[in-house]
Amino acid sequence: MEAVLGRVGLWFLIFFLAIAAIAGAKDSAFAAHATIIAMLAFILLVVTAGRFDPLAKVQGIFRIPTDTTRYDDDPVRWGVIATMFWGMVGMLAGVFIAIQLAFPVLNVEPYLNFGRVRPLHTSAVIFAFGGNALIATSFYVVQRTCRARLALPNVARFVFWGYQLFIVLAASGYLMGTTQSREYAEPEWYVDLWLTIVWVAYGAVFIATILKRKEPHIYVANWFYLAFIITVAMLHIVNNLAIPVSFLGSKSYSAFAGVQDALTQWWYGHNAVGFFLTAGFLAMMYYFVPKQAERPVYSYRLSIIHFWSLIFLYIWAGPHHLHYTALPDWAQTLGMVFSIMLWMPSWGGMINGLMTLNGAWDKVRTDPIIRMMVMALAFYGMSTFEGPVLSIKAVNSLSHYTDWTIGHVHSGALGWNGLITFACVYYLVPRLWRRERMYSLRMINWHFWLATIGIVFYAASMWVAGITQGLMWREYGADGYLVNSFVDTVAALHPMYLMRAFGGGLYLLGGAIMTYNVWMTIAGRLREEAPMTQTPHDPEADRPAVPALAQ
Amino acid sequence: MSVYETMRHFADSWGLLAMFIIFVVLCAWPFRPGARKRNHDAATLIFKDDNDGE
Repeated sequence: MEAVLGRVGLWFLIFFLAIAAIAGAKDSAFAAHATIIAMLAFILLVVTAGRFDPLAKVQGIFRIPTDTTRYDDDPVRWGVIATMFWGMVGMLAGVFIAIQLAFPVLNVEPYLNFGRVRPLHTSAVIFAFGGNALIATSFYVVQRTCRARLALPNVARFVFWGYQLFIVLAASGYLMGTTQSREYAEPEWYVDLWLTIVWVAYGAVFIATILKRKEPHIYVANWFYLAFIITVAMLHIVNNLAIPVSFLGSKSYSAFAGVQDALTQWWYGHNAVGFFLTAGFLAMMYYFVPKQAERPVYSYRLSIIHFWSLIFLYIWAGPHHLHYTALPDWAQTLGMVFSIMLWMPSWGGMINGLMTLNGAWDKVRTDPIIRMMVMALAFYGMSTFEGPVLSIKAVNSLSHYTDWTIGHVHSGALGWNGLITFACVYYLVPRLWRRERMYSLRMINWHFWLATIGIVFYAASMWVAGITQGLMWREYGADGYLVNSFVDTVAALHPMYLMRAFGGGLYLLGGAIMTYNVWMTIAGRLREEAPMTQTPHDPEADRPAVPALAQ
Repeated sequence: MSVYETMRHFADSWGLLAMFIIFVVLCAWPFRPGARKRNHDAATLIFKDDNDGE
């Protein structure tokens, strides 16, 4: 009873403070965010006082198993559902802005113009879809590889819900026009502070689970997860050092100025790619690919070299985003050289993942989940080859600020991060909900082909668009004037933008099929369907092998 | 010398050397004598018992 009273008091205090913040808010966005917090505190207040448990109802809808087992999988199940939900939101936003670029009339002012929906798309797919997938899989993997139940179970739940609150505050802020204008770090100062608290709690749960492990080794996937958690904490704090104009307003100014600020932003931006989208997802690869293939990783030694090389090299690659700017030349060259060196560990890791299938290549034909993992690794290899090429100054002078960069990012994000996440969700859902298998294997196959063809449309159209744009921008006439105005390039790119939107649409359609498949699996249904492969009897081939020296 | 220059000189001399040595040692670590069995054990630990913890 006292505990309930204490919690009621806490929610009431937060409710009261939020109301005070609404009253004193300097701008409407801050007031809107305070309203969200006030509503949340009020709902929690009523729920705590009334002993009504809406969570149990929702758990019923998602048929979450309630029996206790050796491992604490509830945060993982919630994470999988959140991954699916935010994935669809983020991909839908992406297709919407792709169509906006082709048909500018769709820029609905002010809330749904490109400038506001674009950060919504990037944050939704990277941090909401990718972040939830990383948190969920890390909680799943760390328990199994440590043979220990998740430490600090209440903190783990706080991490999940706190992270969702961060996403809601960030996304609603973008649509209202609050932004720090820092790429992939657009949320304003108070949302950044909240994420810092959530992230430190996440690190505490993960590290505490490793500390209580009943297994002498720390499996390599956990190394990658740990590097991801620690480095993202460091990047987030340094990049978001800012001074708010008012404690009751959403505006803040960066602690850095000029070129130092630019370098800090891209030190963060590129390492968000390196440690969030690479190290974290490689952790997923190093656990789920060997598990699905039922073979240990090809070379454990190579995985260690892969790990240390990525850690030591990635952190220096950021300056390649600032070629031919006010950044000192030596720093630009340093960024370029380290980016090129990164090619080796990246391909080492790709080869390590692919060769895990050595001796089991038939699974690429028979198992659509393995096929998806192989395609993810292939795109990891392709985009980590393209990246170093684009970082070379001479290439960058053509490619920078063009759509080639967007094509490169999406071959990595859709091909590598997207496909490996889908494969992991397909692996996890039947196990987490104790089903025999996914509802339909054939739908996984459909998803695979829709996603792959979608990426091909996306990347190919953006290559053509980027090179067209780059060449048109730099074209001089005989009299020394630029030949094309900017709008000429925009008009020239229209067909490419249509193809890109089509490719993105295919990818989204694949996601919709996956959502249906996951929903049906959770509901406990199994689709009756023909097996993926048929091996009919061939009487011609059915004879004893002829010994080589018989005749 | 300014603080910037002092740190800059340290970074591209002793700092660089220290980072390089640490990197080489960490990469060579799994190749030390006797590590073969440890690597094998670590690589196969994910197959030891039932996944779902039942």
